Amino acid sequence: MTTFVQVLINGLGVGAVFGLLALGFVIIFKATEVVNFAHGSLALFGGYLAYQVKDSIGWFGAVIVGVLSAAILALAIERLLISRAKHASHDSLAIMTIGIDTIILADVVRRLGTAAAPFLGDPYDTKSVSLGSLTVSRTYLVALATALVLFTLFFIAFRKTSWGLQMRAQSENKEAAALMGIRSSRVTASAWVVGGLLAGIAVFFLATNDIGGGSGLLSAHTVAFAAFPAAIIGGLTSTEGSVIGGLIVGLTSALGAQYVNYEFGVVAVYLVMLVVLVVRPSGLFGRVDQVRV
Amino acid sequence: MSDTEIANPPATPETTGTTPVTARRSTAARVAPLIGWAVLLLVLFLTPVYVPGEWLSVLCWIMAGGVAAMGLTMLIGQAGQFSLGQAFFLLLGGVTYTVLAADGDAEYIGFGLPPLVALIGTIIISGLAGAAFAPISGRLRGIYLGVASLSLVFLGYYLSHELPMLAGSASSGRYAPTFSVPGFDFGETNPQLLLLNVPMGAAERQFWLFAGLTVIAYLVGQGAMKGRVGRGWRAVRDNEAVATVMGVSVPGEKAKAFAISSAYGGLAGVMVVWWYSGLMKPDEAVELGTYSTYTTIALLAMCVIGGLGSLGGAIAGSALVFGLPLALPLLTGSNQTVDASGTAFTPIVITNLVFGILIVLIVLFEPRGLAGLGTRLRNLIRR
Repeated sequence: MTTFVQVLINGLGVGAVFGLLALGFVIIFKATEVVNFAHGSLALFGGYLAYQVKDSIGWFGAVIVGVLSAAILALAIERLLISRAKHASHDSLAIMTIGIDTIILADVVRRLGTAAAPFLGDPYDTKSVSLGSLTVSRTYLVALATALVLFTLFFIAFRKTSWGLQMRAQSENKEAAALMGIRSSRVTASAWVVGGLLAGIAVFFLATNDIGGGSGLLSAHTVAFAAFPAAIIGGLTSTEGSVIGGLIVGLTSALGAQYVNYEFGVVAVYLVMLVVLVVRPSGLFGRVDQVRV
Repeated sequence: MSDTEIANPPATPETTGTTPVTARRSTAARVAPLIGWAVLLLVLFLTPVYVPGEWLSVLCWIMAGGVAAMGLTMLIGQAGQFSLGQAFFLLLGGVTYTVLAADGDAEYIGFGLPPLVALIGTIIISGLAGAAFAPISGRLRGIYLGVASLSLVFLGYYLSHELPMLAGSASSGRYAPTFSVPGFDFGETNPQLLLLNVPMGAAERQFWLFAGLTVIAYLVGQGAMKGRVGRGWRAVRDNEAVATVMGVSVPGEKAKAFAISSAYGGLAGVMVVWWYSGLMKPDEAVELGTYSTYTTIALLAMCVIGGLGSLGGAIAGSALVFGLPLALPLLTGSNQTVDASGTAFTPIVITNLVFGILIVLIVLFEPRGLAGLGTRLRNLIRR
């Protein structure tokens, strides 16, 4: 029983990190209708810069550097590439983000080289904490707490501020929103920045022994892959769905890894996604596309 | 919608009597492609005489990737179905061929069929597997379909590790026989064969085999795209609702596209096993290796770089994405692939950077890829 509760907490912790990634992914998709396959690279880029400055300016400084650099990279991709290719279809832009992802991944992995595996979770990584009869690694608890705060902040901003109103208006109907005086370019740019910020925060939990495993930051990109099924399970157009999808993915992989084996934990996520897609082709909470003939 | 109907009144048929609707092509226009093919076949036949073995091996690897990319480019470019699952069909093809062709023993399952029968069986089974994906592919669209098909790669990775009696173990793998037809063996120099006084060894024979299969795959694909099948695909790609109204079965066309694309993937998987001298070995990690998510993205990159929907472009894309990492060490003449510091620009890093940058540039400036560039150049010359 204690193992089960422990696995649940681990799963929720990992799921919260996937939720952070998937939420950014969905915000970008809602604002620009572009599927950002470079999302893992945003996290990797932020993590790489944070790792470079960590020794000289300390962990908290590195967090600020990492998160901001991921956001700036996201902004640069949107301003310099995505917004320039106005004639390209959304699918072509998705393929372009695969190209961006390949470039960043290849170069960051080259720069990291064969030196010792970089880790970013200094204050909480591989430090366990006892809760009654339970022994839980601190990473999962910190991840869960951080994600809860960020989700709350995001949903308050999304529901109550004028920025959130503009975002929702644009994803509802881009032309009507533009006619109402909403500056489309500002909304899309801010969406990419928020996506980059969330990815930059997520990498500080991915590049740990507890979640990312022994190769630290090097495996962050691979682990972040699970954010795609998370976003798909929740439905690409639903922000709440992405959080729930992230938790489903985290729990599935933790339970699969515990009760079958590690490899099954990875593949179980995709099996769950296939089952969800067969029953609901637009994900659990996604908007069903209706075609007018 | 009604406005456009008024603007374009229904055109009255102009055809009177027995005048054919399409103009008959001139004799020169009909003969020219045949001469072109004859020259190409001759060049392919003589290539092993003049090209050294290690370059033949690079060309064979390019052709294996090219066949897989041809299937994918038809699926994405012609039928409009976004797929990230092609690496799974490479794995499926390789495993199926190995199981059918290799002899079984206590450790491995094998049927010991003749290689030709095993090859045909593999292509059919891969095609059926693609069609079996229909309940999912028929319901999904766009990016949902892409990520759903990506799950096949993860599933294949898991199953290949769980079933070592089929796929071989991830550390050592298992062996499948190379190709042979009665009287001629493509793997060994038996019988001895001299062409223009150059002995035709294993590399040379493999080149003929791969070139022959690639030409057949190209012609079959071209035939499918030009005929009724291709028209059905394009109808589905352009507008599913309109295609339904026109009497095209949308789930049927999607299933057909997936079946043909995965049959190409299966054939390419067999070629990959042959290229590794018959070694079938599952990947050690899901993100890096012969059948990994990296390969799936590399195959997509080939299609995009070549121009989505273009078969020749797929081979050109493969020459870049699969050819460059092997050709660079040969060109620079160094065997040093891993630098001591680990931060060097290895051939694979250079290739990844080049194809990443090319994808971005192509989407920005030339959405039709290398095939589009070719058409542009041809038009420049004609003018």
